[in-house]
Amino acid sequence: MTTRIFGSGIRRREDPRLITGGATYTDDVQLPGMLYAAILRSPHAHAKINSVDTSAAAAAPGVVAIYTGADTDGVLNPIPCAWVPPGADLVAVAHPSIAKDVARYQGDAVAVVVAEDRYQAEDALELINVDYSPLPAVTNPEAAMQPGAPQLHEDAPNNQAFHWVAEGGDTDVAFEAADVIVKDKIIQQRLIPNAMEPRSAVASWTRATGELTLWSTSQNPHICRFLASLVTGIGEHKIRVIATEVGGGFGSKIPMYADEMIASFCSMQLGLPVKWTATRSEGFLSTIHGRDHVEYVEMAATREGKITAIRTKIYAGMGAYLSTAGPGVPTILHGLIYSGAYDIGATKADVYGVFSNTTPVDAYRGAGRPEATFLVERLVDLLAVELGIDPVELRRKNLIPKFEDGHDVASGITYDSGDYEPLLNMVLGQADYQALRQEQTRLQESGHYMGIGVTCYAEICGLGPSQVAGAVGFGGGLWESAIVRFHPTGKVNVYSGISPHGQGEETTFAQIISDELGVDVDDVSIVHGDTSNTPMGWGTYGSRTTAVGAAAMVLAARKIKEKARLLAAHLLEAAEADVEYVDGHFTVKGSPDQTKSIQELATMANVAWNLPEGMEPGLEASAFYDPPNFVYPFGTHLAVVDVDADNGHIVIRRYIAGDDCGPQINPMIVEGQVHGGVVQGIGQALWEGAVYNDDGQLITGSMVDYALPRAHLLPNMEVLSTETPSPHNPLGVKGIGETGAIASTVTVYNAVIDALRPLGITSLEMPLTPEKVWRAIRQQQGS
Amino acid sequence: MNIQLTVNGKVQEKDVDPRLLLVHFIRDDLGLTGTKIGCDTSQCGACVVSMDGKTVKSCTCLAVQANGSEITTIEGVSNNGELDPVQEAFWNNHGLQCGYCTSGMIITTMELLKKNANPSDDEIRDGLKGNICRCTGYQNIVKSIQAAAEVMRS
Repeated sequence: MTTRIFGSGIRRREDPRLITGGATYTDDVQLPGMLYAAILRSPHAHAKINSVDTSAAAAAPGVVAIYTGADTDGVLNPIPCAWVPPGADLVAVAHPSIAKDVARYQGDAVAVVVAEDRYQAEDALELINVDYSPLPAVTNPEAAMQPGAPQLHEDAPNNQAFHWVAEGGDTDVAFEAADVIVKDKIIQQRLIPNAMEPRSAVASWTRATGELTLWSTSQNPHICRFLASLVTGIGEHKIRVIATEVGGGFGSKIPMYADEMIASFCSMQLGLPVKWTATRSEGFLSTIHGRDHVEYVEMAATREGKITAIRTKIYAGMGAYLSTAGPGVPTILHGLIYSGAYDIGATKADVYGVFSNTTPVDAYRGAGRPEATFLVERLVDLLAVELGIDPVELRRKNLIPKFEDGHDVASGITYDSGDYEPLLNMVLGQADYQALRQEQTRLQESGHYMGIGVTCYAEICGLGPSQVAGAVGFGGGLWESAIVRFHPTGKVNVYSGISPHGQGEETTFAQIISDELGVDVDDVSIVHGDTSNTPMGWGTYGSRTTAVGAAAMVLAARKIKEKARLLAAHLLEAAEADVEYVDGHFTVKGSPDQTKSIQELATMANVAWNLPEGMEPGLEASAFYDPPNFVYPFGTHLAVVDVDADNGHIVIRRYIAGDDCGPQINPMIVEGQVHGGVVQGIGQALWEGAVYNDDGQLITGSMVDYALPRAHLLPNMEVLSTETPSPHNPLGVKGIGETGAIASTVTVYNAVIDALRPLGITSLEMPLTPEKVWRAIRQQQGS
Repeated sequence: MNIQLTVNGKVQEKDVDPRLLLVHFIRDDLGLTGTKIGCDTSQCGACVVSMDGKTVKSCTCLAVQANGSEITTIEGVSNNGELDPVQEAFWNNHGLQCGYCTSGMIITTMELLKKNANPSDDEIRDGLKGNICRCTGYQNIVKSIQAAAEVMRS
């Protein structure tokens, strides 16, 4: 009988090194003769740099070298933006690693000190004398486009980085014909990702060979190598990027940063290894931020509650420069998914990408899809109130009916598979929705404010077909490849270009390959994270690692099985057609004694003493997988909150997450991904938000000021699922890394507004802090 | 300044700069990199070690303040490769993802369970106020701690 380890919640093989302190993260790397770099950052959001005097710093103890923009100018090429949506008149402004003439955000690099230890480097920073002429700054993306706003880049008038419009169906006609239109202004506040491991780089240049080795906290070491090559001018064949253990990313470790290139520059100048590690405060300023939209959104519907169109105008903050994937986030990953889980005839996204004197903005967990889901679900709730229909029934009425192989939505994309209503029913059943509504009414009568938020979503992930990547201006492919190799003793290594950093794919991929090849899971090891021993791959983001990366492995494993079958037939002296594969063994039909295990065959293939004529030695294969479509997970989330009207405190009483990511390889890990995503989304709804003052100073510049979710503020989540396979993927799998964050922000937001509606409050800006809620309640009571 | 202290049962004597942070002493001078630095404001708890039986944030403590103390870092938690019940519980219950906060979480848990062998979920969550995890949403950490408590009680 075939036993499968796919679907089993086995514990992770990553963990023993992580729970004993045995893992090596980038800052743990120590090299002989290594020097330490510290980066001087502009304290001004916008300033002309008149001069940089490094003389005192250069004389400080332990200082080896100091470099400024004058040194890197012309040596390092600008940091490229790698996602340029077509037809959007995108202005690709030059992004120098070290600012030379103008600093454009607080945190822009102005100089670097290299010293013998990190204390000396930090000390010397304080001795650098920069003469700045501060300039007026602008931080809000809508304000940045108004006449008279401070201008960041000469070649980007009105601070417009791009203007992108995507319309499917005719929204004008739909809005003219609408019985009902609901509108809102939504502030998708700027978030600061805060992976627990600060970014770090160790650059080691070998002058004699012209080779650069770069340890980097990257989610995508092959893209890092590609972009490092463009910036340094070193050929890719002479760059090795190593993402050892990476302590979380959530999108913030996708981009190419100036800091890694500065460390590389220093190492190349000095011929010695150089380490740079961000302090947390430095990370707040220099690591990408997320979201930052000012949105004007509207929904058209019939009186019966049939949604007919969604239309938006969005100012999307890009920060001072375009980060690696920044422009793709509010456009491709946002404006094409407005249908969500619903059958909507027309959608239109009208998006301005805007420069401001702020940290660059890029992908943060969910990247564009949380923002889209938020506006859709917010509008559905507004429509429900307007029409006097229960918000769940309004959603049910508009859900896309079950489909197994393709459903076209208005924006032009084709969802792969979906069956939305069963999950909605499952979540409502778990919550006992009707009873909750009754309780809500009862509590309200006694002056207690409880609210319920329900979200139905469908999202796009598993990025993606390379042809589409090219068509939407992504500066690379989105396929994955894998090498699966049997060693002579029958053990297996799988080499992949993806780069998990907490998601546990060393375990889940071993489960897949174990099943596929019929070998024990402990006989399989997954190798990733080092460009020198893994095949090219585009990395871990956009919930693509399993949907694309694992698919490549499966295809390689299947090639191996075919070769092993031919070898088995040869060794068993049987006709090829008579040899069948069952559970790791190749057996002659009708002769159970005539059998060879795949691991025996691996030995025979590797020693190559007796191979069929023309067969090459060895038992390994590589495969490339370029997905024919994205994958489209979906689900229903429900939150129940209690709001204390006396002090504005919100308690999440229950949170139910129902998600469908297709077949689950390891349910324990799937559930962990849901937990983490949901809590990050709750963070946005209730606590998190970057605040700049009028001068462009980041007020929330540390963990003291920026409120991250903490254990004592959170509920235990209830996690449910259904399994609807993707029709186009060899494993049927979709993605689960981002769904939690995509659904939970608006679920909690809608629940809070639902609680406050009896008090006359229908809209609030996130985060919904107790103070903000309390003030809103007071204002209502005073009016 | 010359300091002498015991780290994971081993006596260490070093001449250190008075301003050297304990976490840098542990990581850079002793090479025990399992203790992490996650913030610079004493908020995240990635750097938590046990000093004379009490948890301290080693990023907010000078090496010279540790003079004469006994310190346990994550490397000293398991005994010759045999995992502590807390480590085992984190592994069994998926109490970690990227692992960066885990050393601090485990050391914090050990003290928490020493003070309260039978904590409620709320007491556990309250005890984790000083430790930030960005991956797990804390739920499986709470579950891990409950599981460890149960094993340690039996």
